[in-house]
Amino acid sequence: MKKTIKYVVYDIIRNRFVMGYTLLLLVLSISFYLFESDSNKGILSLLNINIMVIPLVSVIFSTIHFYNSYEFIELMAAQPISRRTIFFSQFLGLSISLSLAFLVGIGLPTLIFDGSAKGLTLIGSGLLITLVFVSVAFLASVITRDKAKGIGIALGLWFYLCILYDGLVLSVLVNMSDYPMETASLVLSALNPADLARILVLMQLDVSALMGITGAIFHDFFSAKWGIALSFIMLILWVLIPLFFSYRIFNKKDL
Amino acid sequence: MIVFENIGKSFGKLEVLRDINLRFELGQCIAILGPNGSGKTTLIKSLLGMVIPDKGEIRFKDISIKNAFDYRNQIGYMPQIGHYPPNLRISQLIDMMVDIRNSKDYELDEEIIDAFKLRDIYQKPLGTLSGGTKQKVSAALAFLFNPKVLILDEPTAGLDPVSSEILKAKIQKEKSKGKLILITSHIMSDLEELATHVVYLQDGQLKVFKELEALQDEFGENRLSRIIAQIMQMSKKMLCF
Repeated sequence: MKKTIKYVVYDIIRNRFVMGYTLLLLVLSISFYLFESDSNKGILSLLNINIMVIPLVSVIFSTIHFYNSYEFIELMAAQPISRRTIFFSQFLGLSISLSLAFLVGIGLPTLIFDGSAKGLTLIGSGLLITLVFVSVAFLASVITRDKAKGIGIALGLWFYLCILYDGLVLSVLVNMSDYPMETASLVLSALNPADLARILVLMQLDVSALMGITGAIFHDFFSAKWGIALSFIMLILWVLIPLFFSYRIFNKKDL
Repeated sequence: MIVFENIGKSFGKLEVLRDINLRFELGQCIAILGPNGSGKTTLIKSLLGMVIPDKGEIRFKDISIKNAFDYRNQIGYMPQIGHYPPNLRISQLIDMMVDIRNSKDYELDEEIIDAFKLRDIYQKPLGTLSGGTKQKVSAALAFLFNPKVLILDEPTAGLDPVSSEILKAKIQKEKSKGKLILITSHIMSDLEELATHVVYLQDGQLKVFKELEALQDEFGENRLSRIIAQIMQMSKKMLCF
């Protein structure tokens, strides 16, 4: 497996896209931290990058890369290598490359400018978000053999999880505002990786005071140690569940 | 050595293989024939585990190949159209294949690399190669690990006459070493020289599986192309009734 991962990573790194992505993140985070005197504001700005740009780049790049690796996958499939090795070396190769880009681009500056629990939460949740969307991308890629369709599904999933979902939750909450919806909103948020990542960081930043009663409930939940642990576990499940299903599909797929 | 038992495969509504039963042994050279879309490549790919049959079982040395992969280190495969990572150079591709297998276990056979003078173009990226040159790379990889079983999907298609002769001589040589060779091709004269057995597929069904000599006796005809033409006509008539 190690050797196959080596070739996947080698292939991705030679692709200049990941290099450009790292540089972009690096420039963004350094300028956010330098322009704001308060590192909290820098973290807030980076949070938006974390839950919009990083999911988008991770999901699209991974999907495109998966389709472009079809030749490699086909070549490997005729060798004495298991499908599991082929699949997970692709997943790990992509995860390693994109995580490295994230760690250098956002992790490093955050540690330098704000090494506190807030910064660490931002880094941890951002890393998991990267993995979640690589995993979602794999699901989109194994569902269909058509590259355009695959990218469409990946984009659709990103749009749903990162943009549409919040609107849907909000409209449910507004329409049902006569009822006590605090627990429901908590559960709904926990079902979306982007929301989880956002809330985890916001709760560390004491801006939850602006969020009204719901904010208070969220604060109670997400600031408690077990609440934080549970959110991280939810994020990890968001990596593992799509990955599990895409592996099952890939294993039975005709190449 | 290799057994296909009641193999069936559909792509959507299209039945590509229907109830195929075959048995191949070492030392045989099997010509797999049939019109376009008759299921030849699907048959080959299911043996490699790239296509997973809906029905039946394939056994390699009496062990089912389902979810297995080790058996593939005894197979050299030359695909009909080689798809390779476009930005890899030929030398990198070959190094990679050697690196991924534990190359200590193999005696590398670089005859084809030398015969096709691939070393002269070792630094060319695979994406820039012509179809014929890609075929040469595919051939080089198929023979590289000295496998007991060779699966060649239209090996000479796209090769110039000289290279085609080189490849045929190599296949002949490996055959004489007692290997099992499966070839699909539409060039009957090539197969006539090489094959010991003939498999004829039509619409996913196995129509004929016989020794070449037995077929020649049966039809009173030496030319494989004529025999096949007769078989095709016979199955067409059967369809009409």
